[in-house]
Amino acid sequence: MSDLLKVSSSPHVRAKDDTTRIMLYVILALMPTTIFGVFNFGLRALILVAVCIVTCVISEFLFEKAVGKKSTVGDLSAVVTGLLLALNLPFTLPYWQAVLGSIFAIVIVKMLFGGLGQNFMNPALGGRVFLVISFAATMTHFEFDGVAEATPLAVLKSGEAVNTLDMLIGRTGGTIGETSAICILIGAIILILLGVIDLTIPGFYICSFIAFLVLFGGHGWDSTFIVAHLCGGGLMLGAFFMATDYVTSPITPMGKVLFGICLGVLTGVFRIFGNSAEGVSFAIIFSNLLVPLIEKVTVPRAFGITRTKKPKEVKANE
Amino acid sequence: MGLRTFKGGVHPYDGKEISKEKPTKELKPQGEMVFPLSQHIGAPATACVSVGDTVLRGQKIAEAGGFVSAPIFSSVSGTVKAIEPRRVATGDLVNSIIIESDGQFIEKGFEGCEDYTNLSNDDIIKKIQEAGVVGMGGAGFPTHVKLSPNNPEKIEFIIANCAECEPYLTSDYRSMVEEPEKLITGMKIILQLFPKAKGLLGVEDNKADVIASLQQLTEKEPRITVVPLMTKYPQGGERQLIRACTGREINSKMLPADAGCIVDNVATINAIYTAIVEGKPVMDRIFTVTGDAVMEPRNYRICIGTSCKEILEAAGGYVREPEKLISGGPMMGFALMDVDVPTTKTSGALLCLSHDEVASYESTACINCGRCVEACPEKLVPSRLSKFSDYGDKEQFETWYGLECIECGSCSFACPARKPLAQSIKTMKKIVLADKRKK
Repeated sequence: MSDLLKVSSSPHVRAKDDTTRIMLYVILALMPTTIFGVFNFGLRALILVAVCIVTCVISEFLFEKAVGKKSTVGDLSAVVTGLLLALNLPFTLPYWQAVLGSIFAIVIVKMLFGGLGQNFMNPALGGRVFLVISFAATMTHFEFDGVAEATPLAVLKSGEAVNTLDMLIGRTGGTIGETSAICILIGAIILILLGVIDLTIPGFYICSFIAFLVLFGGHGWDSTFIVAHLCGGGLMLGAFFMATDYVTSPITPMGKVLFGICLGVLTGVFRIFGNSAEGVSFAIIFSNLLVPLIEKVTVPRAFGITRTKKPKEVKANE
Repeated sequence: MGLRTFKGGVHPYDGKEISKEKPTKELKPQGEMVFPLSQHIGAPATACVSVGDTVLRGQKIAEAGGFVSAPIFSSVSGTVKAIEPRRVATGDLVNSIIIESDGQFIEKGFEGCEDYTNLSNDDIIKKIQEAGVVGMGGAGFPTHVKLSPNNPEKIEFIIANCAECEPYLTSDYRSMVEEPEKLITGMKIILQLFPKAKGLLGVEDNKADVIASLQQLTEKEPRITVVPLMTKYPQGGERQLIRACTGREINSKMLPADAGCIVDNVATINAIYTAIVEGKPVMDRIFTVTGDAVMEPRNYRICIGTSCKEILEAAGGYVREPEKLISGGPMMGFALMDVDVPTTKTSGALLCLSHDEVASYESTACINCGRCVEACPEKLVPSRLSKFSDYGDKEQFETWYGLECIECGSCSFACPARKPLAQSIKTMKKIVLADKRKK
């Protein structure tokens, strides 16, 4: 019997959560937003969500088949990417464009860099930005209740007033998943309770963005203006579901703080000084690129290593 | 509120309930006993008996091999059968003295000392050294060395590690339930060495009964305080325990004495008591046989040198086919290739699991989720360290404080990608430290 024993290095037990379960939690947390989006925009939104998810899963499967890698579609990360991408699209987008965006997100942004865990930018946002650049007209065409209208942020940018209560609930034009701040917050609470994310990145993102608005927004402390900016565009969705993407955010505790601040400032710059009303996607993608640098300067000091110790050592070397 | 702890750590299934209620049972071994000559950190002991010699229980069979070393004593009476390399729990072949027990347990006379307060510091340390006391929680650091710091007057805290944070193990718990006076007297003996120090008994709050009884027993001891600690792994890690009890932090280059602390675990303090008051060397210890594959999980007072196989048989053998046998607890114990290995001064448990979680999970890509960072009690970034280890990048490994790792395994436990993080960090640590020694 003794030669049948298993031998490995300690520890010999493991926690329950695995990657698939975490992805499942994220999908669960996105459900309020998705259901509201479908309720808000109708059946076409549902089909678009399905198209994105199916395309993402199939392209990951086929790519891995083609390069002879073991299939990883079982970890559900492609489903999350597809769902997030769909939530970032206007419901009127032609299906074939959604398919292209999904393929770009999975094949170019994720798989070509080595698959899950290796991509340097958020695949869903990569796909969205690809679509915005390629199909600007359809990607910025928003309809609500059958009428083409500008998004609240665009309205705000042109200096007109917006209804912040509608924005909070989500009864406005926009992409499928970004309109309802309340649904996104419900999802965020689910993620926090399940221990998937913590408040560091979204907290510093939102706070630094508010600070930027107050300083440079031109309205001073105007709560309506601030609430409109927080609920408008992809900020809520971005802060809680995209900026917190594990793979493309810093792993160091201080790095998360810096990353959040960086996002807030960049979003502010893009929204206030930029041409477009939107800025979240670009702010997140740009900050994704800064992650290696941020991590390099935020290596945490280990337990018991005192701050004064290092300079002393440097002096001794001189 | 009020419970002391450290930052980080994990909460594995603690499995203590299956063995904690049953009282400790004496186990008298039969037949062959194996005494590895290296049961401690430092120079191996050198045999002072020859093949064919008859020995008594409590007779010294190996001399300390230097100051940082400890002598070894026979726990049975019988005949020395051989001195040869034997396989021990870690998988290494270690030169060992093999004694065939005569089943009589005839003891060599011991000279007890009821009133230790008359003993000088040197006498106490000498007696501890001569009794072969080493850190019996697993590290095996010779206790007399620990008790001889460079600046004895700077020692402010003597911390008894009563946390027993390793899942499944209940030997310290049973000892504190059944013979708490040994722990307290042992602590008083150490405190006598350090007149300025306070004694702290750090107990995890999953042992509420022990906290209550120790508090009652130390009511009239102004120098001893019971410190309830949060139940969390690795609360009993030396650096984490010091942090929780005193708020001080030490790193890998420091000794607890640098923070004015000396830490000893329950079994070690009991051994100090036995050495001073009863005059007996380290021959016995309490040992947990547990796990879902064991018929009757419980604690035994064993003679050191008994084979794990014999202890397992005493516990009724297997109730189901074991998939993994572990010497020690599930977080830091060693997986055994064979159950027929000798117990040493530092072996605390035999854990028999019918299901090996590690083998049933496949490791997947790191998703950078940071759970290892949250879990690490040393505030390291295990996922990054493991990557540097895979790439062989020694410089980055040190820059990210890889050498501070205490090898507690919390990162591997927490990892949702099931990566063997602790394993690769341990490997790299060995390589880097070996390089440093060469220089």
